[in-house]
Amino acid sequence: MSGFHQGIQASVPALRRYARALTRNAETADDLVQDTLVRALRSEHLFHGGDIRSWLFTILTNLNRNRLRSLARRPPATSLADDDAADLAGPEAGGRDIERALAMLVDEQRHALLLVVLEGLSYREVAEVQGVPIGTVMSRLARARAQIKAYLDGERPALRRIK
Amino acid sequence: MTDHTPVTQDELHAFVDGELPADRRDAVEAWLASHPEDAALVHAWRAQAEAIRARYAGVADEPVPARLQVERIARNGSRWRTIAAAAAVAAFIIGGVAGWMARGASAAATPDSVELFTADALAAHRLYIGEVRHPIEVGATEAHLLPWLSRRVGTSVRAPDWNAFDFKLLGGRLLPGPSGPAALFMYENANGERVTLYCSKLSAESSGFRFNANDKFAAIRWVESGYGYVVSGPADKPRLKNLARAAYEQMENRAAPPGNRSSVDQLMSRRGS
Repeated sequence: MSGFHQGIQASVPALRRYARALTRNAETADDLVQDTLVRALRSEHLFHGGDIRSWLFTILTNLNRNRLRSLARRPPATSLADDDAADLAGPEAGGRDIERALAMLVDEQRHALLLVVLEGLSYREVAEVQGVPIGTVMSRLARARAQIKAYLDGERPALRRIK
Repeated sequence: MTDHTPVTQDELHAFVDGELPADRRDAVEAWLASHPEDAALVHAWRAQAEAIRARYAGVADEPVPARLQVERIARNGSRWRTIAAAAAVAAFIIGGVAGWMARGASAAATPDSVELFTADALAAHRLYIGEVRHPIEVGATEAHLLPWLSRRVGTSVRAPDWNAFDFKLLGGRLLPGPSGPAALFMYENANGERVTLYCSKLSAESSGFRFNANDKFAAIRWVESGYGYVVSGPADKPRLKNLARAAYEQMENRAAPPGNRSSVDQLMSRRGS
């Protein structure tokens, strides 16, 4: 296997994790990763060194944005019942809260927050992935965190009351 | 010596994310000790991060399915690389001839018909860039792509060569347009961004470049000799402008932008927001 191929293969677990958090569906997430890999391999001649993982995150982020744009034309039909059996085995209520909170963010904010918090990218790397200045990344992060906090703060008392 | 400059919200985020310069860490910690509301914020953000990691970190430990094995994709995908390489050549060879002049472009259209035309182009752009598997109908390497679209659209259609901007031609498709069949060419760069060129008969007066944008997409359109052209892509005006100019120059085989010899910027009038 070439160094280029090895670099890509080594990034697959992180790409799957990021894609799963973005899409909340294992099948859709792996589709997204597969398309990312196909494009990366097709564009080998355009990769001029640098961090291969950041480059793959960039491709995946753009593909996800394209996907969301075409979905945006359809009426929103979000089901709370997860159609992914593997996810049902995952952590319980706490995990669900954060999932729903993430789902409420606009995609730019979700991309920024997940790249920093889940994938450990630096602000500078996220700025390159998103093609925006660092200040924009920071304001996306701030808005994402504020919204998640508002959502979680608003939800928990309601759940307690039901109990 | 502790720095007593007030701590900003940005610094609190940077503190949580390990991005704070070392010489401010003590100051932020001292600040948090005396500002319980900020300390609660930092605590909440850390808890969010932990919840996200607890929920998704395990995905990276799952066995990688066969369809995500790079070697396997590389074997199946070599066909694609050939297509991408040949696309540039095809775009160069065919359509090198200068533009065809519409005869008696009659019935002067209202500005609305041009707006409608642009809206159709943007709708097609939005719809097909999201198609991962079938963004196009006929691939760039198929020799009949340009002759076929030219015949249906009614003029010698040419797919611009945007290799200088790292955009490769994927292929094209035929669509119903507001005033006849329309050709849509799709291009993609290494980052997965896509741009399209839409072209169809349009009985309207020739016009220079016009820019339309919303927060996600932008389009530049022009009308020339009874045909309308729309270049659509991510909302990045300078880049789109360069693509449109390259397309125009290649299609019309001349150096100046439509309608005027001054710079393209002067021709661009902003529409919408």
